[in-house]
Amino acid sequence: MSYHEDDLLPISALQHLLFCPRQCALIHVEQLWAENQLTVEGSHLHEKADTPQHALDNTGAGSVRIERALPIRSLELGLIGQADVVEFHLDDARQIQRIVPVEYKRGRPKKDDSDRVQLCAQALCLEEMCGTEVTEGALFYGTKRRRQNVRIDEALRDTTLTTIDRLRTMIREHETPAAVFTKACKKCSLIELCLPTATSGERDVSRFVSRQLKAHLRATEPLSD
Amino acid sequence: MKRHLNTLFVTTEGSYLAKDGQAVAVRIENETRLRIPLHNLDGIVCFGRVGFSSALAGACADSGVTLSLLTPNGKFLASVVGYSPGNVLLRRQQYRAADEAAATAEIAKNVVLGKIANARSVLLRGARDQKSAEAAERLRAVAKGMAGTLNLIRQSDDVDTVRGYEGESASRYFSAFSELVSVPEFAFTKRSRRPPLDAMNALMSFIYALLMHDARSACEATGLDAAVGFLHRDRPGRPGLALDLMEEFRPFLADRLALSLVNRKQVNGRGFETTESGAVRMDDETRKTVLTAYQTRKQDEIEHPFLGEKVSIGMLVHLQARLLARHLRGDLDQYPPFIWK
Repeated sequence: MSYHEDDLLPISALQHLLFCPRQCALIHVEQLWAENQLTVEGSHLHEKADTPQHALDNTGAGSVRIERALPIRSLELGLIGQADVVEFHLDDARQIQRIVPVEYKRGRPKKDDSDRVQLCAQALCLEEMCGTEVTEGALFYGTKRRRQNVRIDEALRDTTLTTIDRLRTMIREHETPAAVFTKACKKCSLIELCLPTATSGERDVSRFVSRQLKAHLRATEPLSD
Repeated sequence: MKRHLNTLFVTTEGSYLAKDGQAVAVRIENETRLRIPLHNLDGIVCFGRVGFSSALAGACADSGVTLSLLTPNGKFLASVVGYSPGNVLLRRQQYRAADEAAATAEIAKNVVLGKIANARSVLLRGARDQKSAEAAERLRAVAKGMAGTLNLIRQSDDVDTVRGYEGESASRYFSAFSELVSVPEFAFTKRSRRPPLDAMNALMSFIYALLMHDARSACEATGLDAAVGFLHRDRPGRPGLALDLMEEFRPFLADRLALSLVNRKQVNGRGFETTESGAVRMDDETRKTVLTAYQTRKQDEIEHPFLGEKVSIGMLVHLQARLLARHLRGDLDQYPPFIWK
């Protein structure tokens, strides 16, 4: 199965889906986007990485070529995106030995798989484009300033492929899942458009209208003398 | 998401608006008088002869700032809109609902229920503040009749019937409206729009034009098509949905503001001029007073009845647009109108 260039989905949508399926649908099905402090900080962090450039780093044996803001895609998986930083480790003959995608993230490591899945999706794209197996990646967290190496193993690949399938289905069906109000909502830049407190649970608007009108009529009844 | 809905009103004829970094610079006779970052604005409204650069127009479209051009009297001429936001699914759903009699009637019904309830509240608050017992009684009697209409609307399922009740309620409301005006210069006899034939009507029309601008912005920002309404039938050139969204706010926001400006003597009859044709015009000074009062009113906070959160009055029309969008996309079984208690 191979996808057409016009049908590629953004890699970033996988992260949105794992964070919250509704957020993912609002962004990728309904095309809503809102910046909040977190997304603004995130893009500042990306600024350095987003400037396309490459650098040669000669450290001892062989060398590393660093590509920033590298456009990547996979026709087989139907994904497109951009890798913050990709390290191409070269041997003495300047042949590529290892490819390591590196993602920069604000904040601290997350409990869910979303960062690792994003990295794995990048690895899968790089494998297709460069014809080389990618077995590891790295995550860089803003607050910790620490590099965390990630193994691109079978389990992570499976999780990533399942997530890609879920994303495809959601976008094909034009479905926006109902809201589920959680603590994470407060941090979400789309809370104002999603209105989770209004749309989650069983909000029955016709009962709301009846109640409002009853209250209105009670409040506006002329005082009996 | 913009929470502070500031609108920049440019009323000085001959001003020129330019892009200055990520800000708008207002120049008068080549001198920069004002510089405001675009991210602090949700709209720029130009009255009369005001120029702007194409770079500014592009930056406004890009950052979701509605740039509108109005005549000096506040009649809408044009607005600069970016490449329409991509919520094509929402728009298609909006068109489908507008083509379905039942869906249209349901939305129109709730819009009208909200409008009539809010109009009754305006009349009854007026009755409470009345010195004359007779006038208070007249206001209550009209409000009572409108309460009956609320029940009739709840039972109807046909949009034309709803439109009929809406028209009937509006004429009842305006028949009692004169009792709310306590300053003789602004005596109100009946609603006249095209053109306004007295000072009160001129004032109301002007505030409606401001509200209209906000309702249009709300449609645009939510990804709805401002032209396709439910209560308001399509008419080329008429922003049906923006008119629908305005309805709940005409009494609550516009009429109350007009009444308080008049009754507290913040505007006076000298600021209005009757032209040869009988049409009444506002002078620049009065217009500025009204704009300032409108902006100030939008900063006030209120608890949103459906969301249960404190929001600024300026946000209300945007929130109603979003609630309508969530209804059209199937998250809510009906459109929850804004009913002011």
